[in-house]
Amino acid sequence: MISSNRMNKLTDHFVHAVFFACALSAVLAVLTISFYIFIAGWPIIHSRGLSFLFGSHWYPNQDVFGILPMIVGSIAVTFGALSIGVPMGLAGAIFLAELAPPLMIRILRPAIELLAGIPSVVYGFFGMTLLVPWIRVYVGGNGYSVLAGSIVLAVMILPTIITISETSLRSVPKEYKEGSAALGATHWQTIHRILLPAASSGIIAGIVLGMARAIGETMAIIMVTGNVTAIPTSILDPTRTLTGNIVLEMAYAAGDHQAALFATGAVLFFFILLLNLLVTAISRQAVRN
Amino acid sequence: MNRYARQRIWFLVFWSVALVTLSILLLLILYILANGLSSLSFEFVSASPSRMGKEGGIYPIIIGTLMLVGLSLMLAAPIGIGAAVFLNEYVRQGAATSLIRYATETLAGIPSIVFGLFGFVFFVIKLKMGWSIISGAMTLALMVMPTIVRTAEEAMKAVPLSYREGSYALGANKWQTIRFVVLPSAIPGIAVGIILSFGRALGETAAVLLTAGSSLNMPQTLSDPARSLAVHLYILASEGISMERAFATASILVMTIFAINLLANFLMRRMSSRFSQF
Repeated sequence: MISSNRMNKLTDHFVHAVFFACALSAVLAVLTISFYIFIAGWPIIHSRGLSFLFGSHWYPNQDVFGILPMIVGSIAVTFGALSIGVPMGLAGAIFLAELAPPLMIRILRPAIELLAGIPSVVYGFFGMTLLVPWIRVYVGGNGYSVLAGSIVLAVMILPTIITISETSLRSVPKEYKEGSAALGATHWQTIHRILLPAASSGIIAGIVLGMARAIGETMAIIMVTGNVTAIPTSILDPTRTLTGNIVLEMAYAAGDHQAALFATGAVLFFFILLLNLLVTAISRQAVRN
Repeated sequence: MNRYARQRIWFLVFWSVALVTLSILLLLILYILANGLSSLSFEFVSASPSRMGKEGGIYPIIIGTLMLVGLSLMLAAPIGIGAAVFLNEYVRQGAATSLIRYATETLAGIPSIVFGLFGFVFFVIKLKMGWSIISGAMTLALMVMPTIVRTAEEAMKAVPLSYREGSYALGANKWQTIRFVVLPSAIPGIAVGIILSFGRALGETAAVLLTAGSSLNMPQTLSDPARSLAVHLYILASEGISMERAFATASILVMTIFAINLLANFLMRRMSSRFSQF
């Protein structure tokens, strides 16, 4: 009896240790990933310095590595995606949280989940075969453009923005709404003056998360933006993003060229980590309020 | 304009946006299926490709995809569930727990291309695994881990405290309670996480391209390179090899994702009805 008890205690300790190790693997993974990405990119960042970040020419076979066009490209498509995706996402979230009849909720929720689950390469394929020709015919340019990338990305970040904004709209205390209604405000006045301000930090967290997703998106973007390494001057110009630069050239890169691609990844990773920190800070603020 | 008229206009806008969102999804699915279903056939899914995929089928690609995704889930699921058990059953608060939570969130936010770069420099080159199913699966496992941890944690949180108290009252210890009470009750929720991870791994392209390669040959062992369906779709479309076959491949992806979402929703509903009496 005593020995079986001790056996049980031992198993308990052992199991505890195993679970702790599992949990710790996430920490280990993040550290290893950060370490290897920055180490692999370091030679170029170290030797080229600012001319890597702010050089506007990328000629890998002449040993010229400037990623400014790609930084501008990433910012352009991300900004474009946000300017379409944020108003739409907010409207969708307000609809789901405040207006939608139960039937619409039952249709829209799974639809948004499906939208989030569709692989990015399918979005890219859709954009390439339908949206790009459409832009070429009705808007101008050759179709592969900042505009095409922005539209595709906007649809892709919509689920993130809608879901997170809806959750924060729903978590506003009922008393706020009731108080506003009791003062004679219309439903829209309540949404606009009470709910939106009260939910703002959650909504901003959703937008920043959508932004991080947009900057990191790869496959959909390379299939619709044309991938030219020049700074775009109009939304109908083709462009190349940081992510696109990596995946397009990795297959045949070697030596300094390969290190330059890793350095591109390190720059991208740095942006993403910053945005994630921002999300954590905002969410913490939201919890405190 | 009075405030009621203004309200009517805004609500009209919200309704239209909701309907536009729905139409985008419908357009996307119908467009892919309308162009792809006609080239789907038994021959397409059972034959080997020839001329870079311009002709023939996608049989080795389906096998390669299943090996990649299956292996990644086999690696990620036990570790992810273990992590969730630790976070939910052992130490809910404290420095270690918040560090682990923070790391899991960070992992979830890392873009797939960065996972691809890491998998390439670490698994493919440093550990000398080469472009292979094993390199690809390990990279994918890291990517889907956060989903598994988060859903498993949610599922265990939904198990009523009274279950655990009942188990302790009968003299069971912590491990027995977890093994015989908490985990079995949380299975539908854990399954949802694994199913969603299947979908994520299935659709992943950039990371697979950099770690598993894009070989069209039938993989014989786990150290062979392989091409996944998503990578195949990308190569067919971007190199203009065959639009017809690209549409057929995209249809398979879209239908699988659709089925996965249905299954996940079904399980989720079962999970919430199971504990609704508490």
